[in-house]
Amino acid sequence: MTSPTPADDRPLLSAVDLHKAYGSTPALDGATLHLRAGEIVAVMGASGSGKSTLLHCLAGIVPPDAGQVHYRDRELSAMSDAERSALRRTEFGFVFQFGQLVPELSCLENVALPLRLGGTRRRVAEQRAAEWLGRLEVTEVAGHRPGEVSGGQGQRVAVARALVTAPRVLFADEPTGALDSLNGEQVMRLLTEAARHTGAAVVLVTHEPRVAAYADREIVVRDGRTRETVLAER
Amino acid sequence: MSIGQTFLGLLEASPRHGYELKRVYDERFGQGRPLHYGQVYSTLARLLKSGLVEVDGVEPGAGPERKRYAITAAGVTDVARWLAQPEKPDTYLQNTLYAKVVLGLLTGRDAADILDVQRAEHLRLMRALTRRKADGDLADQLICDFALFHLEADLRWLELTAARLDQLAATLRVPAPHPDRSTP
Amino acid sequence: MTPRRGRFGRVADLALGARLVFAGGRSGVSRTLMTVVGVGLGVALLLTSTSISTMMDGRSERAAARDDQFYGVDEPPPGDRTVLVAVADTVYRDEAIRGRLLQPEGARPPLPPGLTRLPGPGDMVVSPALARLLDSPDGALLRPRLDHRIVGTIADPGLAGPGEYAYYLGTDQLRAGGGTMRIDHFGAESTGEGLDPILMLLVLIIFVVLLLPIAVFIAAAVRFGGEARDRRLAALRLVGADAAMTRRIAAGEALVGAVLGLLAGAAFFLLGRQLVERFTLEGVSVFAGDVRPDPVLAALIVLAVPAVAVVVAQLALRRIVVEPLGVVRRSAGRRRRLWWRLTLPIVGAALLAPLLGGIDQTGAAFNQTQVILGVVLLLVGVAALLPWLVDAVVRRLRGGSVSWQLAIRRLQLDTESSARMVSGVAVAVAGGIALQMLFAGVQHAYVRPTGQDVDRAQAMVVIRAGLPGAAPDALAERFRTLPGVDGAVAVLDTAVFPVGSAPDEHGERPGSPLRIADCAALRELATLDRCADGDAFQVVGEPAPGRPARSLPAPGRSVEIGFGAPGTTTRWTVPAGLRTVPGRNDPAGDESTGLLATPGALAPATLRGLGGRVFLDLDLSRRDTIELVRNAAAGITPTAEVHRLRPTEEVTRFAQIRRALFIGVLATLLLLGASLLVGILEQLRERRRTLAVLVAFGTRRATLSASVLWQTAVPVLLGLALAIVLGTVLGGTLLAMVNQAVRPDWPSIAIMSGIAGAVVLLVTGLSLPALWRLLRPGGLRTE
Ligand SMILES: Nc1ncnc2c1ncn2[C@@H]1O[C@H](COP(=O)(O)OP(=O)(O)O)[C@@H](O)[C@H]1O
Ligand SMILES: [Mg+2]
Repeated sequence: MTSPTPADDRPLLSAVDLHKAYGSTPALDGATLHLRAGEIVAVMGASGSGKSTLLHCLAGIVPPDAGQVHYRDRELSAMSDAERSALRRTEFGFVFQFGQLVPELSCLENVALPLRLGGTRRRVAEQRAAEWLGRLEVTEVAGHRPGEVSGGQGQRVAVARALVTAPRVLFADEPTGALDSLNGEQVMRLLTEAARHTGAAVVLVTHEPRVAAYADREIVVRDGRTRETVLAER
Repeated sequence: MSIGQTFLGLLEASPRHGYELKRVYDERFGQGRPLHYGQVYSTLARLLKSGLVEVDGVEPGAGPERKRYAITAAGVTDVARWLAQPEKPDTYLQNTLYAKVVLGLLTGRDAADILDVQRAEHLRLMRALTRRKADGDLADQLICDFALFHLEADLRWLELTAARLDQLAATLRVPAPHPDRSTP
Repeated sequence: MTPRRGRFGRVADLALGARLVFAGGRSGVSRTLMTVVGVGLGVALLLTSTSISTMMDGRSERAAARDDQFYGVDEPPPGDRTVLVAVADTVYRDEAIRGRLLQPEGARPPLPPGLTRLPGPGDMVVSPALARLLDSPDGALLRPRLDHRIVGTIADPGLAGPGEYAYYLGTDQLRAGGGTMRIDHFGAESTGEGLDPILMLLVLIIFVVLLLPIAVFIAAAVRFGGEARDRRLAALRLVGADAAMTRRIAAGEALVGAVLGLLAGAAFFLLGRQLVERFTLEGVSVFAGDVRPDPVLAALIVLAVPAVAVVVAQLALRRIVVEPLGVVRRSAGRRRRLWWRLTLPIVGAALLAPLLGGIDQTGAAFNQTQVILGVVLLLVGVAALLPWLVDAVVRRLRGGSVSWQLAIRRLQLDTESSARMVSGVAVAVAGGIALQMLFAGVQHAYVRPTGQDVDRAQAMVVIRAGLPGAAPDALAERFRTLPGVDGAVAVLDTAVFPVGSAPDEHGERPGSPLRIADCAALRELATLDRCADGDAFQVVGEPAPGRPARSLPAPGRSVEIGFGAPGTTTRWTVPAGLRTVPGRNDPAGDESTGLLATPGALAPATLRGLGGRVFLDLDLSRRDTIELVRNAAAGITPTAEVHRLRPTEEVTRFAQIRRALFIGVLATLLLLGASLLVGILEQLRERRRTLAVLVAFGTRRATLSASVLWQTAVPVLLGLALAIVLGTVLGGTLLAMVNQAVRPDWPSIAIMSGIAGAVVLLVTGLSLPALWRLLRPGGLRTE
């Protein structure tokens, strides 16, 4: 297993000196992150340090107060809301800690949803969704509703849903936060394998070192600031 | 656990007599096993010889215990290098790590840096183990997991310590690391 | 938790539930507040509707107490205690003004209620509303008509309502007879006109139709915030409450909402009652004091609302299992049974069936309980069938766009709450359709053609008696010069009697009508080939069925003109050249038989005590014209009547009922819309995390908005379909009951469904801003 060496050295997604405050609480206070295509970066830090906020800014869900986020050559804040939505639909995928599957849709429909939002026909979308459920070893829950599956299965369904559109970047916010070690390991193994398989870069927010160890490198957020530790590995 | 570097760190905070060094060391890092005076003075002698400390002054009277030691510029560099260098991830590291954190605080350095460096080192090893686990058989996996869980425990402890730096600084009665120094 | 049993434990559970209502922090309080306001509004409406009968009674008692028109009763002889009364009602800008001329005949005349003494000649006592009107700029055109000294106001007991316009004018010009009555007391037994059976049926059904959705609304309102309550109950289970205890705790919570709602309802009602005096609807205003809930019905409400609340809370618990770790919905997968749902409307129809054809306007009273029960069952059938229908239809739906899929899946997961939300709307629409059908069917029975010819004249002034002289054109001239009057013709009315004829046993002399008018005016009464001043004609006319043909005095006969006693009248010889001509209905649709004479055929100056009619051709685009006409007429005599001529006439009680219905249905639908809105908002808030995730995935706002719309629209459309079917069945049944042809009334179906659809669209539209606010990324936060 080798870490991918991107042909293009320019970062795929980069954020420079982001600031974001909720009221008087600063959530980000100078966060910088560069993500190259295909690499997996763990974002670590104590709870409340601003990891999720950083992820939301990177994904264009939340606009930063100051600083810029570039995806390829485009500045996210210069895009319209519709454009950012389209970007999230086509280029990004998301996995959250829990409660992310639409409760009334079956698991298969949940996975097919991003494709359908992108305009894919239902039949085609559900066929692709079924393939992805297979890849994440949860074919058996295709017809179940999210409320009827275990946490680990639900999380794997969520990973399938995040990757079904073959996104360039997968954002995972504490994807194993609600799981036990065994299920967490399984989800991480499948997630990283699938991401490397499709060549998606991953922003992996976690506070668990064992989970962060699945990444190529890590970034630490403390009080809204990042200290990218450069490692001489590789 | 390097007594020499620990002494250097303590001396960087302020010049001290040999007996003072022993007392502070025993108090903070001795863990019930006090240093022998012989150990103290042989270490100081080694440091003197390599120019890392110097005799700051001699009080009236005789004997080595009358000498006051201070750190030299070379000594400061040596402490800095030691603090900045991650320990090889190993079990039962906490003694050294703890000493490093305390000395970092005492010498006005940013102890968080020490933790970050150590975390990076740990994670490097954990990544390697994780990779090996992915490629290996079940026995490999179990062995790797054992190591991973131990390393994780270390890091957890590091995180906790980092989160409690302020508290620690207060008990050491030194000012908490100034935020400005934390930005590289 | 220590084990507590026995009655004390049960009460303590209830109390705990009650305390929990306030323990939920801000959101808990706001949810309770919603319930309280919702139940309060419903209760206030219920209290208002139970007050309608006392309100009506109050009005008719007041009206009866001041009654001064006693027909079919012998007049008392003139004396110390008698008073002459003449009706001098008028209309100002479509508002009716009750007017009376009073002339005491002795020292101790009776007093109408609300007066402390009779006004002297030329003095006037007015109602407060009339006083205000006369003082205001709006009353400018009325002032000339009532240009008398105001010496007092009529107190409340003398008024039908606080906004009523009324006056008593003192006079010394009245003479008994010719519309003037002699009375020795005011007030009669309240006859209470009494609604005929068909109107009674309509009123009953309006009540059912309006109150049933309010009941549904109250049932929905006590469940506001139900999901949060269920979660709280789960937390209680976690710390050791058993299933029975949770039920009691839930009951306690529901009771608090209901009781507070009752209090709020009483407060709303009292507040609204204070405001009621400010409004005048269709000339009807109500004294606050007359708005009193019927005590029996009010007691029923006080008992029923908490009972409903508890029952609804328990029913809701039946569908879920409150487990220590959360709330499990049991409904998914449970098939709804159809049979008992169908039983309700069928039994309802069966109850109404025996009454088919049995109710008519003149007929005897019908079994009201049977009707109410039948109608209620039919309408409740709508609410009962709806969940089944939504379930059955939604189960088969699949495919479609993402928004459609999201909506349908949501409905499949939880039919109950959406069906519950729209069932009130469906019931209201079904009832509305039934009523509209009934109205459309019976309407013609209450709209009579008047036979009035508005092409020839649009207004008629009638003066009963007292005109001097015999110059009809001078009378017409007084109106012809008014701005907006394009033409006026006048006819003077009196009668001729054979000289020396004696009164019959009723005190009436057999005579014949005599109409005096110039040729132009006479042509409105008869078809004349030629006419010149000095001519006279006779119109024989068809004899009334069963009566002998009327004999008119032959030419050359000497007759007396006028109603006065023999000897005081004018002698006249019927002209020899009298020609018989065919009669013609006058513009007011009346046939004028008798003698027609041009002024030249009479010795005019000597006539007295004539009646008069003036037919006016008006420019109706000028709003003030009719007021000027009324002023001019009042200038001749306050008792002059001015009638607008209209081709048809509607029984006014009917118009009021219909208007009340429209307002009621609309108010009900708005109320239900409010509860629908609360429901949608609650559902949205609950799904905020899912929504936020969908947004993170790049779902368009439009997709989510559309899904909210579908989620409401599908049950509403199904509800409307069901409402149309059952409403039409009910309407048809009701029509058959009153012997009318049964046919669906498409316009009213369209209107009712349209209103309901508009309310739903409005509600969905109002919920969208909340949705968009939820779509902001804050929802992604995990606590
Ligand atoms: N939507 C929000 N509104 C208000 N404060 C927020 C919001 N999101 C995050 N915060 C605050 O910002 C800080 C960083 O939060 P977050 O990025 O969620 O941290 P982490 O994911 O590292 O636990 C916290 O203090 C948190 O309370
Ligand atoms: Mg977070």
